[in-house]
Amino acid sequence: MNLLEKIDAAAAARKALLPNGVGAFGIPIEEVYSATEARIGDRRVLLLGTNNYLGLTFSPECIQAAHEAIDKEGTGTTGSRMANGSYFGHRALEKEFADFYQCSSSIVFTTGYQANLGTISGLVGPGDTVLIDGDSHASIYDGCILSGADIIRFKHNDVADMEKRLRRLGNRVETTLVIAEGIYSMLGDQAPLAEIVKLKNAYGCVLLLDEAHSLGVLGETGQGLVEKTGLLQEVDFITGTFSKSLCSIGGFCVSNHPQLEQLRYISHPYIFTASPSPATIASTRAALELLRKGSHLRKQLWNNCTQLYSALKEAGYVLGPDPGPVIAAVVDTPQQALLLWQQLLEHNIYVNLILPPAAPEGKSLVRCSVNAVHTENQIRYVGDTFAKLYSVISSHS
Amino acid sequence: MTDSNYDEIMQLLCDRLSSLTNSNAQISPETNLISQLSIDSIKLLNLIMEVEDAFDISIPINALADVQTVRELVDLVHKIKSVSQ
Ligand SMILES: Cc1ncc(COP(=O)(O)O)c(C=O)c1O
Repeated sequence: MNLLEKIDAAAAARKALLPNGVGAFGIPIEEVYSATEARIGDRRVLLLGTNNYLGLTFSPECIQAAHEAIDKEGTGTTGSRMANGSYFGHRALEKEFADFYQCSSSIVFTTGYQANLGTISGLVGPGDTVLIDGDSHASIYDGCILSGADIIRFKHNDVADMEKRLRRLGNRVETTLVIAEGIYSMLGDQAPLAEIVKLKNAYGCVLLLDEAHSLGVLGETGQGLVEKTGLLQEVDFITGTFSKSLCSIGGFCVSNHPQLEQLRYISHPYIFTASPSPATIASTRAALELLRKGSHLRKQLWNNCTQLYSALKEAGYVLGPDPGPVIAAVVDTPQQALLLWQQLLEHNIYVNLILPPAAPEGKSLVRCSVNAVHTENQIRYVGDTFAKLYSVISSHS
Repeated sequence: MTDSNYDEIMQLLCDRLSSLTNSNAQISPETNLISQLSIDSIKLLNLIMEVEDAFDISIPINALADVQTVRELVDLVHKIKSVSQ
């Protein structure tokens, strides 16, 4: 098989899984009306498949800040910070992130994906070890691969398994980076951070926590799992993204280790890519301020989360262990997941479809994400629709 | 390489692979994990965790980049196990 034939074979395997040209992946969204509604084809749908946790995509403050930045500084920076310079906004946002996390150092990256790539590959290299949760996001895996360090996985959220693997490393723990996530994007469950920190301290390794899905969602001021657990000072490096609760694109890493600054000179995903555009930075700064002051938004978000989680649970669905803004119905077969996903769309509800091998343990997921500005009626409608569809799904194997 | 360690690893991996694939396909050292057994990347990564536990060793998953056949997988595990003893 030549190169292009190999790609055709992979495409055929994908098509076999999703018959009749079902466009579950990369579905065309024709118009976006608000943080909760859009048009898909000729349907006005309820959006339950975004990461817009605080519902800030149309916040007037963010939109105005972005407009002003475009007018003042233009549409793009046209280059990297290293070669083409750091705008005032880049530096200001870094200061604001450092202040938010009470940390001495902070770096802004162009995406959250690159924040993980750049941080991990800057911290470890060949001969070092990374010990990562088995359900880690692809950006963590890819960062580890880019680094050249030895990659060891532990069973998802299993601290006993993590300890066993740490012990096996012997004196290599000294050059080991442990990586976990605040909220995992597939099942919405949270890392057992207190136990992970205990092990990190006992074995003397370094800990990185990706707060991509927990930023804005957990903790009084929205710092994430570090704030909810009171363990901010125990985590060495925190990464995150602007693409979820901050409603733009970009990523960050914060730390109290001065060594973080060194990454600006060695980390390719920081150096060899254009810096975020002025509008992106400006709306992120406005969103970060709203996020910090947004305890009312978090309260609404959590009301919605618990309402939908209980509705789905009551209807009989198997869900992830923790209620939260990511609520995934776990079904046995890809066919069931596809049917549920299609039926929900027929009822004007857009959610995410996740098939193996992306979903853990060979299962398939129909994943909802809840946000702060979904109304009680919208959440009730989604819960009722899931309940109505339960028997259709369970009789279909 | 016919030491008992090597045979033990080969046996364990063949047993685990045949239960993972649920097929009656004959597994030989030259069997290709992906094209013949359809072992996807996640299954392979989880198998590696089991092998680590069975022999109390650490197998970096980046080393799997060079592994296509059952024999290559056994070679890798055997090499790591020998060094760790
Ligand atoms: C856990 C996790 N880390 C990192 C990222 C990457 O973020 P971004 O979308 O900014 O590239 C994501 C988002 O997809 C994620 O879920």
